[in-house]
Amino acid sequence: MDLSTKYLGLDLASPLVASASPLTLDVGNIRALEDHGAGAVVLPSIFEEQIELEAEELEHRMEWGSDSFAEALSYFPPSDAYRSGSQRYLETIRQARAAVAIPIIASLNGITDSGWLDYARDIQEAGASALELNIYTVAADPGQDAGAIERRYVDILRLVRAVVKIPVAMKLSPYFSAPAAMLRTLEAEGAAGFVLFNRFYQPDIDLGTLRLRRDLALSTPAEIRLPLLWIALMAGRTRASLAASTGVESADEVIKYLLAGADVVMTTSSLLRHGVRHMRTLHDGMTGWFAARDTTLAAMRGKMSLRRVKDPTAFERANYIRILQSWR
Amino acid sequence: MRATMDGNTAVAHIAYRVSEVCAIYPITPSSTMAELADQWAAEGTPNIWGNIPVVQEMQSEAGAAGTLHGALQAGALTTTFTASQGLLLMLPNMFKIAGELTSVVFHVAARAIATQALSIFGDHTDVMAARGTGFALLSAASVQEAHDLALVAHAATLRARVPVLHFFDGFRTSHEVNSLDLIDDSAIRAMIDDDLVRAHRTRALRPENPVVRGTAHNPDTFFQARETSNPFYAAMPGIVQEEMDRLAALTGRQYHLFDYTGAPDAERVIILMGSGAETAMATAAALAAVGERVGVLQVRLFRPFAAEAFLAALPATARRIAVIEQTKEPGAYGEPLFQEIVTVLARAAMAPAGTNARPLPIVVGGRYGLSSKDFPPALAKAVFDELAKPTPRNGFTLGIIDDVGHTHLAPDLTFRLPANGTTEAVFYGLGADGTVGANKNSVKIIAEQAGLYAQGYFVYDSHKSGAQTVSHLRFGPNPIQAPYLISAAGFVACHQFAFAERTDILRLAAPGATLLLNSPYPADTVWDHLPLAMQVRIIELGLKFYVIDASRVAQEAGLRGRTNIILQTCFFAISGVLPRDRAIVEIKHAIDKTYGGKGADIVRRNHRAVDRTLEGLHQVAIPAHPTAIWDRAPHVPANAPAFVRNVTAKMMDGLGDDIPVSMMPIDGTFPVGTARFEKRNIAEVVPVWEADLCIQCGQCSFVCPHAVIGARTFDAKRLDDAPAGFPAAPINVRGFPDLRFSLHLSLEDCTGCGLCVEACPALSPIEPGMKALNLHDKLPLMAGAVAAQTFFDGLPINDRSRVDFANVRGVQFLEPLFVYSGACAGCGETPYLKLLSQLFGERMMVANATGCSSIYGGNLPVTPWAANAEGRGPAWANSLFEDNAEFGLGFRLAADKHLDTAIGLARALTPELGEDLVAAVIAAPQVRESEFRDQRIRVAELTRRLRRSADPRAAHLLSLIDHFVRRSIWIVGGDGWAYDIGYGGLDHVLSTGRDVNVLVMDTEVYSNTGGQASKATPLGAVAKFAAAGKRTARKDLALQAIAYGNVYVAQVAMGGNPQQTLLAFREAEAYPGPSLILAYSHCIAHGIDMRQGLRQQDLAVASGYWPLFRYNPALRDAGATPFVLDSPRPHVKFRDYAYNEIRYRALAQSRPEEAAKLLASAEQAINEKYRLYEDMAGWAPNRFAAPV
Repeated sequence: MDLSTKYLGLDLASPLVASASPLTLDVGNIRALEDHGAGAVVLPSIFEEQIELEAEELEHRMEWGSDSFAEALSYFPPSDAYRSGSQRYLETIRQARAAVAIPIIASLNGITDSGWLDYARDIQEAGASALELNIYTVAADPGQDAGAIERRYVDILRLVRAVVKIPVAMKLSPYFSAPAAMLRTLEAEGAAGFVLFNRFYQPDIDLGTLRLRRDLALSTPAEIRLPLLWIALMAGRTRASLAASTGVESADEVIKYLLAGADVVMTTSSLLRHGVRHMRTLHDGMTGWFAARDTTLAAMRGKMSLRRVKDPTAFERANYIRILQSWR
Repeated sequence: MRATMDGNTAVAHIAYRVSEVCAIYPITPSSTMAELADQWAAEGTPNIWGNIPVVQEMQSEAGAAGTLHGALQAGALTTTFTASQGLLLMLPNMFKIAGELTSVVFHVAARAIATQALSIFGDHTDVMAARGTGFALLSAASVQEAHDLALVAHAATLRARVPVLHFFDGFRTSHEVNSLDLIDDSAIRAMIDDDLVRAHRTRALRPENPVVRGTAHNPDTFFQARETSNPFYAAMPGIVQEEMDRLAALTGRQYHLFDYTGAPDAERVIILMGSGAETAMATAAALAAVGERVGVLQVRLFRPFAAEAFLAALPATARRIAVIEQTKEPGAYGEPLFQEIVTVLARAAMAPAGTNARPLPIVVGGRYGLSSKDFPPALAKAVFDELAKPTPRNGFTLGIIDDVGHTHLAPDLTFRLPANGTTEAVFYGLGADGTVGANKNSVKIIAEQAGLYAQGYFVYDSHKSGAQTVSHLRFGPNPIQAPYLISAAGFVACHQFAFAERTDILRLAAPGATLLLNSPYPADTVWDHLPLAMQVRIIELGLKFYVIDASRVAQEAGLRGRTNIILQTCFFAISGVLPRDRAIVEIKHAIDKTYGGKGADIVRRNHRAVDRTLEGLHQVAIPAHPTAIWDRAPHVPANAPAFVRNVTAKMMDGLGDDIPVSMMPIDGTFPVGTARFEKRNIAEVVPVWEADLCIQCGQCSFVCPHAVIGARTFDAKRLDDAPAGFPAAPINVRGFPDLRFSLHLSLEDCTGCGLCVEACPALSPIEPGMKALNLHDKLPLMAGAVAAQTFFDGLPINDRSRVDFANVRGVQFLEPLFVYSGACAGCGETPYLKLLSQLFGERMMVANATGCSSIYGGNLPVTPWAANAEGRGPAWANSLFEDNAEFGLGFRLAADKHLDTAIGLARALTPELGEDLVAAVIAAPQVRESEFRDQRIRVAELTRRLRRSADPRAAHLLSLIDHFVRRSIWIVGGDGWAYDIGYGGLDHVLSTGRDVNVLVMDTEVYSNTGGQASKATPLGAVAKFAAAGKRTARKDLALQAIAYGNVYVAQVAMGGNPQQTLLAFREAEAYPGPSLILAYSHCIAHGIDMRQGLRQQDLAVASGYWPLFRYNPALRDAGATPFVLDSPRPHVKFRDYAYNEIRYRALAQSRPEEAAKLLASAEQAINEKYRLYEDMAGWAPNRFAAPV
């Protein structure tokens, strides 16, 4: 069955994409994902802050206690051979590109302008097929208004686009006042695609210890509705690619996203739960669904998007009241 | 090529290039050479033949020497690096190697040998102990010379077949950073004759041409055979000189066996070896320039001693000669070089008239520079002055005040050599603040960018945490040949404001010097914060005074308190050694080099700090008169014991050099408990106790590495006299309504490590993050600290016979007799020692292997081992590194013998002493504390009766009576001792069945010498000598000991299960045979956040890496399974433990694939090992070995 799709201008054999997770840092896993039907792989985000912190911590711990006591002027062999986190990441890009035919999409979370620039440049040089900008900020500063935050998105995209030629996708949060307008603005600045949406780390509170619980909650199918809505709303209304992310557990969610108009569907949680072979389950479930209806991906993609559903009001806010009423 | 490096690097650079095999073992101050060889081999650096030398770490220097001997016999060009005790361990092989006329060079950073005390510092005692081995002894005086003569040594030994011990002064040369011209590889190649290399190989043992070596001779032939080598020794000096000449032809640097400098017609001559020669020569030159007929003869080749060359070098006019040496040979008429010189001169004087006869001059000998005692020009001048006297003293000493033997020469301390364009600067820093690193960088910048010559020498104090460093930097247009400390610096920088408040940082300042102070106070107010004495000195000396708040600049630049770059920038800006702009460029360049591989942001932040420095640097206007109304307090209180006031306090004040001979103990015996007088105040944050939250569990004081947490219970009425705010809580045990509990923190002794806070299990139910102990800024807490301490110290110590030792909670009430050690903040070893001292301290003897624990346990000025109010406490001694188990066994044998004797005497004296008392004393059970108390009462009574006795045997028994209280013998040390150098002895001691207790504080690495791999180093961990990750799993010492059947063995980790630790300690001590405890000790050399040390211990246990168990032969004998596994099955991934530590993570970052492979192997090995232990825990008792 022809499952080919285009994402960020890249030709993909399948709309299934393994999104950023520790799994995709392993070249063996990337190979297995390709074997099991992934159309592309997104590497985990390179976090500028984390890399800097890691480097600083390495430096601090290796140097701690050195030049302090006459018998032990250092405690470790010299550190020139140590590779920083970014070097290891770039090496993974190179190895992954050499190992598989599917596109390898790098992901970057910067802090500073130079962080965005330097790492983006390095990622391109290492051979990444595309770059996903994972702008992960919690807008907690009351002194920073919505306009400033939106401008920052645009500035970062502009900065990166100025130094790389590979396609750039924006992974966005759902928390914009006017997401549709934001996408248009970013598209105008050259975003080749959008990943909807980023999930923010949301700590819980441990009532026993009064500490924040920093465990990571994997996404569940119940969470697909927000991205599903926005994929459906935006499909066909932007030339940029749309990637659906969050809540993919089975082929059902994959198909729903595709019907809503996604060019690709990404999953992390299901792979973390079930292992990389789960990609095959998703793939076979999806093709089985199309086959059972004797149809194709191309024919069905976007069938349930805002532009193509028969009752567009189903996607609009007015409908909300009706739903609530019916729920009662 | 001009380069800047220390002496060790300069020597290793040569030795590595001309060797095929390096057999190594770490010992200060030579370790760096071995580390470099290992590092270069790991990096694939080739020798001059294009292959990579094999570098093999051994279990001891004796092992290194044996391996080296074997490699030589097998034809490899082999070398080694060592010092001091290490050289002594090599002596047997050295005799063999020389007897077999084997070409080899030992590179020795000469160091004192442990006598009445250990010293890591430099002198020639070790080398002189090797002078009978048959090795040639070649002495280098500087970094350049050590580099050059290393090559001469290798070239000469190949030609002459006489092995060479090439030595240079430990620390003074081995650690001095100086400019030198490196010999390029082509010149090295030219110096080593390949025909001789092949000849060396041809002499090797080969099955293709078999011979036997190492035969045993009888009286008929041994002597003659011994004389066969004479021609080789006769030829050796000539060969060495020829190689020196060849080097001169290649490099332009000409050396001789003996080099004379000074007035050609000198009457007074100093003869010496080593770095002091440079000082003496510079002094002679200065005196000769003003017409004094003085000179210096430097000896380079001491053995074989070339009499003719010596006589030729010595001016014929020399009438008065002083031979000064960095060694002491007690009981000898003079030191070795003196004896050699006198003999040669006497022989020359005996020559028949008309030959080369010369009149015998007056020759005197003296000692200087023992243990790196500084040898400045004033001392050299004192020798010349002495020689000018009608009857110069023989056997004099230099640099000390000998008010007992009156041997010392009194120098004119104002005498200094002309500056000759050299600028001198000293920098006071804190160990962890990067001052030394920045200064090493500055030396490089000055030497390599400013085109000047530069020298750096660094002095460290004896603490492992919060240590003060003093950097001595010289730079100028001429080569710096000044191997002595700066005494009149033109620039003094103090990088820690607290030093200005506590010590005299201007002691080394010259008049008109510049002072740079890192100060939290701005230029307009800093003056008011200086002590009176300092204000006076600033005015008297007319100093220029600058301040910067480097901590603030660092914080603003995002450097998390690292101020070194900022202060380095200030130095360059003020000193003008380079134009400011150029200096800033070079500093930034150095930053790029240092941090380039570690992240762009670190580089950026450092650059930002440099850019912001100058705007924060301000000159201070100095008032005409001092204004301070306070001054530095004395280091110790007025009520301290006299020894502490008169001796210890001087050492603390940096005035140890002024302590005269009469005030030093004659045999190395020192009082205990002196650490309590050293209030170091090194913590910025300290724990504060929340009495209301505390559950009084004792976990905090159990784990405190520095014994700063004390717990007492006392009657509530005592609080009436307590200072305001003194915290206390009702004791949380029913039935004692009037008892109060107080947890006291000795803030001035706390290091702020935070282990206690991490260990505290009591969380506030309403304040997030709050525990019963929380870290707070110390400064605001200090107001009532002294009063609180005084009150707490006055509270009665809880009666140990009423304390329940069986749980951690009870232990907190036992007085620790190991307090306030200078170990690293958060040390993983010291809590175990403290626990020992609490449990068994007042009847305990400790044999302590050399290593971290002997240093924080016994390094002056103060020591942590202490006595209780009755004057009892651990009696502690360190013998050596290699013999500690045997040393401790000796304690046991003596105690057992003396107890036997005492019992015999008591029985013999029974009619007089009383049958009941004698029987009770002899048969008393001594396991519980109440039983010890009862026994002490009996012994006191016995003593009373014996004192009344007129029987001569009574006095005899009185001298042994202490042995009636069961003595607890503890043999303690680290894994370097137990697994490697002392393993044979430990194994033997365990096999004897004697009642000794062995505590191995297992850091899995040679911590004290800087993290070299031992056989306890785990698979996959990076360490020095295992830079590519260790390939073998750690040795299972526990299983080996269990195999004996009658050894109690426990593996403990305080952070994993403190109660199990306590149980094991008590069981081991109570077991009437040998005991071995392996105690996981987190360490700075693991590359961890030390505050998380206990958590790492817990993870080590939880991951199955460090299972907790106890093997108790007493259980087997009672029919129970003796092996008890105390920790659950692994339930944490090994990587989740390991990758919190740099020692594992470093490999994952440098060689990820390799690391993954090793990690997998390690995980497998851990699981297998756990399975084995689990099996053993189920074995029937009779499956365990039992001695018959």
